[in-house]
Amino acid sequence: MKIRTLEQLMALEQELCAARDRKPCVRVCGGTGCRARGSEDVLARFQTQLREVGWAEAVDLKFTGCHGLCERGPLVSLTSPEVFYQGVEADDVPAIVAETLVRGVVIERLLAHDPMTGQRVRREQELPFYRRQQRVVLRFNGVIDPTDIREYIALGGYRTLGVVLTRLTPEEVIEIIERSGLRGRGGAGFPTGKKWRLARAAPGARKYVICNGDEGDPGAFMDRSVLEGNPHSVIEGMIIGAYAVGATRGIIYVREEYPLAVRTLQIALAQAREYGFLGEAIFDSAFSFDLEIVRGAGAFVAGEETALIAAVEGRVSEPRQRPPYPVQRGVWGYPTVINNVETWANIPIILERGPEWFARLGTATSKGTKIFSLVGKVANTGLVEIPMGMTLRDLVEEIGGGALPPREIKAVQIGGPSGGCLPKALFDLPIDYESLTEAGAMMGSGGLIVMDDRTCMVDVARYFMDFLRDESCGKCLPCREGTHRMYELLTAMCEGRATDADLELLEELAQVVKETSLCGLGQTAPNPVLTTLRYFRSEYEAHIRQKRCPAGVCKALIRYVINAERCTGCVACVQPCPQQAISGQLKQPHLIDPERCIKCGICHEVCQFGAVEIV
Amino acid sequence: MTKLYINGIEVEIEQGASLLEAAQQLGIEIPTLCFHPGLSAYGACRLCVVELGDGRLVSACTYPAQEGLRVRTHSPRVRRARRMLIELLLSICPSSKRLQDLAAEHQVERVRFAVRDERCILCGLCVRMCAEQMMAHAIGFVNRGYRRRITTPFDLRSDACRRCGGCLYICPVCEVRCQGVGAPSAVCGSCTPPAPTCPPVYEDLACYMGATGECGTCVRGPRTPDSHSPTVAGRREKV
Repeated sequence: MKIRTLEQLMALEQELCAARDRKPCVRVCGGTGCRARGSEDVLARFQTQLREVGWAEAVDLKFTGCHGLCERGPLVSLTSPEVFYQGVEADDVPAIVAETLVRGVVIERLLAHDPMTGQRVRREQELPFYRRQQRVVLRFNGVIDPTDIREYIALGGYRTLGVVLTRLTPEEVIEIIERSGLRGRGGAGFPTGKKWRLARAAPGARKYVICNGDEGDPGAFMDRSVLEGNPHSVIEGMIIGAYAVGATRGIIYVREEYPLAVRTLQIALAQAREYGFLGEAIFDSAFSFDLEIVRGAGAFVAGEETALIAAVEGRVSEPRQRPPYPVQRGVWGYPTVINNVETWANIPIILERGPEWFARLGTATSKGTKIFSLVGKVANTGLVEIPMGMTLRDLVEEIGGGALPPREIKAVQIGGPSGGCLPKALFDLPIDYESLTEAGAMMGSGGLIVMDDRTCMVDVARYFMDFLRDESCGKCLPCREGTHRMYELLTAMCEGRATDADLELLEELAQVVKETSLCGLGQTAPNPVLTTLRYFRSEYEAHIRQKRCPAGVCKALIRYVINAERCTGCVACVQPCPQQAISGQLKQPHLIDPERCIKCGICHEVCQFGAVEIV
Repeated sequence: MTKLYINGIEVEIEQGASLLEAAQQLGIEIPTLCFHPGLSAYGACRLCVVELGDGRLVSACTYPAQEGLRVRTHSPRVRRARRMLIELLLSICPSSKRLQDLAAEHQVERVRFAVRDERCILCGLCVRMCAEQMMAHAIGFVNRGYRRRITTPFDLRSDACRRCGGCLYICPVCEVRCQGVGAPSAVCGSCTPPAPTCPPVYEDLACYMGATGECGTCVRGPRTPDSHSPTVAGRREKV
């Protein structure tokens, strides 16, 4: 069915919307986190169970994108009665169908706890995790079935595209995006409207728009969740962007490591073509545009735009000098606009609700919302979307629910490997581009790793440097050799072999790598080192001067000993020790043989009495 | 023509020229290593970094001259950065004469990193030489990051390689890399100055690399005047 006019689309929207409200709806989370916890089994069980009670047609069962609260998955939400279940297993499904769906009775044990009050709550919105969020880009995530374009249309999808193509000129679209103050969500925060204007003005026989879906930060899954949960918002944004800059072709660059996102996109593209949103003369206008998927094969550096262009062209993904910028010379030499997944997904809603509405969200210089993947040593890990300007404290303590007791939060690593570690003392910092950059970190694409007091900051810096020396393309000397040398110096510190001169050298080297590297990867690679040096210098000094790891992490600098006064002689630690390093008899204090001990920490974990101590 | 200022001096240069060319026009010397006028600019060694008016350090060999740009070629930041880069280079190629000279020029007096003698700084001159001047594309980079190295596809002796020796000729650091006949490396295993030995014997072969030793001329060295095969006098003997 080809949609040719806006009226035709509106009629379809109304029809779908009406059909949608008639049935009770069951939404099983099909995000990667919930799938890993068995939500596919839950879905299958729902299908058989609904057939058994004869409700297969009466209930609208959906496998949606990520709901957000990955920590408690698999998640299931119902519309009638409105209830939100967490930690659902396949065996819970018969009860949900029989009790909740058929009889309308809520199953208490599957409800989520409000950590503040300790009460069980029925709706998502009652949880602080959801209450403090502002879901703009993610508004349909967890609501619609991403494999069905009609779900998106029913909620007003592609209507904005129709309005843009029939009523606005490209210049007007660019002006609206400029007025909204939208800045790139990939990390650097370049104003999107300005980028489009430059691309529109650039001479070229044809132009390209590209969606950068090469999300490679450890622990980050924002772009993946958008692509998996609501691919049409990205596609609609790209079509509008293409119209604005005068592009006729578009490319969605997705990591090969995201098979679900690739599959969802393939389905979405086919459906968008079928409905006439891609192809020749879209909405009977003079504008034609089509999209293709390019799958990236596993290089972190391919997220850098010039490296991404090289990868799209079939070359090794290595960055080159800018200028010329991609808006001047991009794919195959043609002007190219490269925006991040989240940036594209913001476009339709800005045009739908107006630039003034968007500009009211956020701070003076950072508008709108930002998606973060909240991971690490925090109670509620998951996908969150917050208005810019929220403090780190609100994000970590309220939405994230704070540390897992008895531990305390010590720092957050924000912005991925190129970002920085910010200490608890800076938690009142508002989350916007300028504040984070000033503090030595960066917005990045939205990875947020929370660390507790059992995290060694030298070890963290070493971990990120190990990642970066491996992911550096190796083209330029400071990045290739500099990250490797920084890793060596940090390793020496973690092993107690370093001197004060090494610390000085590390600092000097980090500065030069930052200043002289060819691309963004190298220029930001020293950030983990520089920020930990800035905020946690005492930890470095403890490693170097006292040969001590304050957090008790660096194996070469710690020993496990048994506190004879606390040890009850329960022998619980004797059996799990892989080295048979623990000797002792029942009801007698045990002893660890330091010669045999490999410092794996299992005894520390199994001891119920806190008798195994790290010194 | 583009007008810009280098170290405060006004210079006009044609559109599309690099900052390095503009500096050269003024006679300002900027150290380079991965740059060669006969090859495309690559911007990998970063030795030619210069400071722009906005405080950024960029490589002069790849950065295009822009109208009104202000460039400083020897600011304290630039010199400090260059010294660190040379120290890094020396730590992987300590025996290179070229790098030692650079170190002396820039007062780099010590190497504080653990030295690894790799005899390759991955400047990519050989790869570009092979591709752009010899049209062979016989060698290239493999792996990334700290595992990056230069070799032939699958580490096998490549048919695309004509043993021209261009890679050895252009290499700034591997003067001492000679591994002799039957070297284990797939990339030209030796570092002999590339003057042909074979043409006097087989005019069409020019096999002074790789296949060396097959006819024996180069290996045995100069013959006696009564020998039936002609030789080139004064050749360095290599066995």
